[in-house]
Amino acid sequence: MPSFTEGAVGRSVARKDGMGKATGKALYADDLTFPGMLYGRTIRSTIPRGRVRAIRQNFDADGFIVVDCRDIPGKNVIALIENDQPCLVDQEVRHFAEPILLLAHADRERLLAADVDIDYELGTPVLDPATSSVVFKEIRIQKGDVDARLATAERVVEGTYRTGAQEHVYIEPNGVVAVPEDGGLAVYGSIQCPFYVHKALVTLLGDAVNHVRVIQTETGGGFGGKEEFPSGIAAHAALLALKSGRPVKIIYDRAEDMVATTKRHPSVVRHRTGMTRDGRLVAMDIDVLMDGGAYVTLSPVVLSRGAIHAAGPYRCDHIRIAGRAVMTNTPPNGAFRGFGAPQTQFAMEVHMDRIAEALGVDPVYLREINALCPGDTTATGQTLGSDCSAVETLRRAVEVSGYAEKRAATDTGRRGVGVSLFYHGSGFTGSGELRLASRAAIELTERGVQVLTSSTEIGQGTRTMHAQIVADALGVPYESIEVAQPDTSRVPDSGPTVASRTCMVVGGILQRAATEMRQRIGDASPAEYFRDHGLLRVEAEYEQPEWIEWDEETYRGDAYATYGWGCNVAEVELDPVTLEVRPLRLTAVVDVGKAIHPALAIGQVEGGTAQAVGYALLEHVVMRDGAMANGQLTNYVIPTTLDTPPIDVVLVENPYPGGPFGAKGLGELPMDGPAPAIVNAIRSLGIDVREIPALPEVLLRASARAPGSDIGGPRKPTAAAQR
Amino acid sequence: MQFTLNGREVDVAAHPMRRLLDVLREDCELTGTKEGCGEGECGACTVLIDGQAVVSCLVPFAQVERRDVRTIEGADAQALQRAFMDHVGAQCGICTPGMIMAAMSLGADPTRTQMREALAGNLCRCTGYEAIYRAIGAAKRANRRTPLGVESIG
Amino acid sequence: MRSVVSTLELRRPRSIREALTMLRDDGPLVPLAGATDLYVALNFGTLTTTRFLDLWSLEPLRRVEMRGDVLSLGALVTYTSLTRSRLVRQRLPMLVDAARLVGGVQIQNRGTIGGNIANGSPAGDTLPVFAAADAVVVVRSASTERRIPFVRFYSGYRTTVLRPDELIVAVELPPVHGHQWFRKVGTRAAQAISKIVIAAVQGEAPRLALGSVGPVVVRARRAEEALAGGQGIDAAVAALQADISPVDDVRSTAEYRRVVAGNLLREFWTRATSQARPDA
Repeated sequence: MPSFTEGAVGRSVARKDGMGKATGKALYADDLTFPGMLYGRTIRSTIPRGRVRAIRQNFDADGFIVVDCRDIPGKNVIALIENDQPCLVDQEVRHFAEPILLLAHADRERLLAADVDIDYELGTPVLDPATSSVVFKEIRIQKGDVDARLATAERVVEGTYRTGAQEHVYIEPNGVVAVPEDGGLAVYGSIQCPFYVHKALVTLLGDAVNHVRVIQTETGGGFGGKEEFPSGIAAHAALLALKSGRPVKIIYDRAEDMVATTKRHPSVVRHRTGMTRDGRLVAMDIDVLMDGGAYVTLSPVVLSRGAIHAAGPYRCDHIRIAGRAVMTNTPPNGAFRGFGAPQTQFAMEVHMDRIAEALGVDPVYLREINALCPGDTTATGQTLGSDCSAVETLRRAVEVSGYAEKRAATDTGRRGVGVSLFYHGSGFTGSGELRLASRAAIELTERGVQVLTSSTEIGQGTRTMHAQIVADALGVPYESIEVAQPDTSRVPDSGPTVASRTCMVVGGILQRAATEMRQRIGDASPAEYFRDHGLLRVEAEYEQPEWIEWDEETYRGDAYATYGWGCNVAEVELDPVTLEVRPLRLTAVVDVGKAIHPALAIGQVEGGTAQAVGYALLEHVVMRDGAMANGQLTNYVIPTTLDTPPIDVVLVENPYPGGPFGAKGLGELPMDGPAPAIVNAIRSLGIDVREIPALPEVLLRASARAPGSDIGGPRKPTAAAQR
Repeated sequence: MQFTLNGREVDVAAHPMRRLLDVLREDCELTGTKEGCGEGECGACTVLIDGQAVVSCLVPFAQVERRDVRTIEGADAQALQRAFMDHVGAQCGICTPGMIMAAMSLGADPTRTQMREALAGNLCRCTGYEAIYRAIGAAKRANRRTPLGVESIG
Repeated sequence: MRSVVSTLELRRPRSIREALTMLRDDGPLVPLAGATDLYVALNFGTLTTTRFLDLWSLEPLRRVEMRGDVLSLGALVTYTSLTRSRLVRQRLPMLVDAARLVGGVQIQNRGTIGGNIANGSPAGDTLPVFAAADAVVVVRSASTERRIPFVRFYSGYRTTVLRPDELIVAVELPPVHGHQWFRKVGTRAAQAISKIVIAAVQGEAPRLALGSVGPVVVRARRAEEALAGGQGIDAAVAALQADISPVDDVRSTAEYRRVVAGNLLREFWTRATSQARPDA
């Protein structure tokens, strides 16, 4: 075995893409130009429901390409789970900003100035999910006999919890360039899942092209917002490119991106929980309602993950989780980091604090006695192994944050401390990974060792982390590994870059491929082997651990191969004059199995925590008549430096034996805990908040309900007092 | 119209009301300056005009006549760039050029508070800002510790 | 975001005199300084004008100087300049507070007080300061110069009393006696449009001005009278409710604004009366 100085895994090695990003040389979608390129624009509906009656193009058509649904050679659909979402409106409009017409022109000013007038027949939109009768998906998870056990429980606590929509606000908006080539089409873009886009384009274009390839450009953030959505913008650019025979670039401006693209599903979760007098959970009856927007997109899967996580990381023998995702006439909601689990775990964790309040016990104590331990079973009946770290993360967070002392300090009455305990299944649910049948490859070429996967770098460090795993598995220096740009004509389908699977699942496949390659080349270095034998490619496929058993019908069994575990402690300060909540510090203790790159892992936790601070306190999607009314960064606000508290991160490594070097999923876990920890900190000050965003306006309403509350000043002025 | 761009005298013909951001990216083919919002909110388009940080998406091109414009391509920011690499100050990287341009105004050994205030107009969605402070701290410290940020982990 | 700009015209005077001549002879022209709102309005579709007058290079409009005991701020003084000016920090610290909160550094480097005043947004951060300070707006045309009390500068929502051929050239601040206070409540800690913004001066006759609680900046006369008349803070808070007319919008609610306006008044009054103690 050739020697090298030290392994890369476990070290914070230099990022593969650091220089390009720091110098501004990295190329994002809008940085690309092609000869003869046109710019594209999407004409969208201005009503939430109805029918298109007439379209008038009030502009000089010279130089314009115009595309409507009749120009679609294959199927007018954005292929995903159900094929219910059209690429372009035929006649029926189901949401505001639904794409109807596409324009392209070489001159962007003429493109922007083109006036299109549309007559509609207005329908009656369904805007409240509670009143919607169109159900995209229903899920039922049952363990034991909830009704019987609730009836005999010593105490019962009920509550309803709400989470609002959230907009991703990746700093780079959606953008693609479609380029005709050799009777086919190449689509470059800001894309998390090139093969999703590929599949959508093949369905859309049919025989009109002899090939399609999708290439991911440097991507300025995704967070799930570029998981399924890019299929739509890519389809639009492709249609315009096909019709014009020229490259077409479509870049959304921020307003369009905010109003028209997917958001996190809003949720309403109801809990009815039975417990013993001393706080042991004995029965959990949970109802989950998610607003899917106008089309199915990924709602069934978001609901699935949300439902599976809805009972939190707690032991309980009798659980029923009933979930449904319903249609409303709003722009479809979609994937967003956490994917249903932040919503349902928000509810569970605030509910836990309400239980603690009702019983008069400490919130940490309540969690500690109920936390899942190795050998316990989850809501779906999965038995957890030694890779379960709920109690450990809870204890570490309490210790590191000084929770007990801070909780006891009640002098100002303005500083609150709250805790949350959470977990997150790694990889696709149940048999999902089996169905994906992901593949990854390594090649030896004259240039050295190259990694080929469709996993995308979207900031989280995919290139770097995959290179580290391959370097160590192959026994070569990290610096010698190159990672190929995801191009669907070149790389195998490794599945989507989602679900916290890129390290654990795809990295695991790469580890096996690299191990096999080492066996094949023996003691030779890659360069020696290439010199003597030429090219070598080793491709490996996902192998499901044999012990995984999952029943898709009954939702019982091993929902995930493993889980990440986490605990947040949030300290906040409330300003009684304005009811603004200032987060002072967030402590995040997370078990990631193995931190392949400690600095990147910490970065994921810090970033996810900050994003969840926004979810908790600032980010409010204001909907009016089915449209986002505050679709500007001025009015939909995410945390600035001054809004983001210090974030203390502790990485715990309790390995999952089935993951590369013990790694579990990481990217989404940090999103699950901060919001309830922050709300619980607010609650500790006596304000009964049960929803997010916990805006000052929400606190005002909540405190007005509280008897004897003097938050927000006297409701009415007292009789004028003489000074 | 004449102005100084990254230290060189240039003459660029463009409509006076075009956004400086577009003139830089298209006419001057310097794509390092990014558009994140077009409203002056995200800071990804930050450049220096006469040494002051401004958002180029809000500057009419005419107003840089005879002025000194610096973009990430011509910024004397190697220490910051190196530190952003070493300390993972950039994840997706789209905010990074603007962040570095804004950070250039910070003096030696800035406090965390000073960093937060200087960068309050630069949004990052990936990092939670912590690694950015670590990177800037490392770049601006008189005695640089070893790169790779070993001391800041855990 | 990108809008059509080739239809926009920009006149570029080389002096104030030339600017005023252009306003008189080549109008209508909308003066443009730091342009921090121009493209935003253009993109939003709320910009109706297409002809602009570029003031940015007119250095004489950037002066900060004393004229007797009056502090004169040129219309093109930026927020950054305000925060760095020793004169402004000494005489009008509440304006420095406002300048620091107007937005990130990038906006502070470009935004001007002339622009803030002319734009006349109900949420303009410096406007309550000028109202509470009893500022005077100096406007000039090719043939005249007027001094208009700031509190009479607006005739309605985003509508000033400026004539089409007039330019704001300076803002004059008489001496302000008494402790100054400024507070902005935004949607977040930085780079935020205000939900409510207040500037107050504690003196023999307290002065109180608020933004984002009506179509124009409000001098809260009834609340001031209640305080000056010794009726006590509760009466002043009640009177304040009659001074303001907040609405619900995408950032906040009328209810929140009313409650917080009252709370801010109480906070100001608590500080002001504690400041008034002899040994304070």
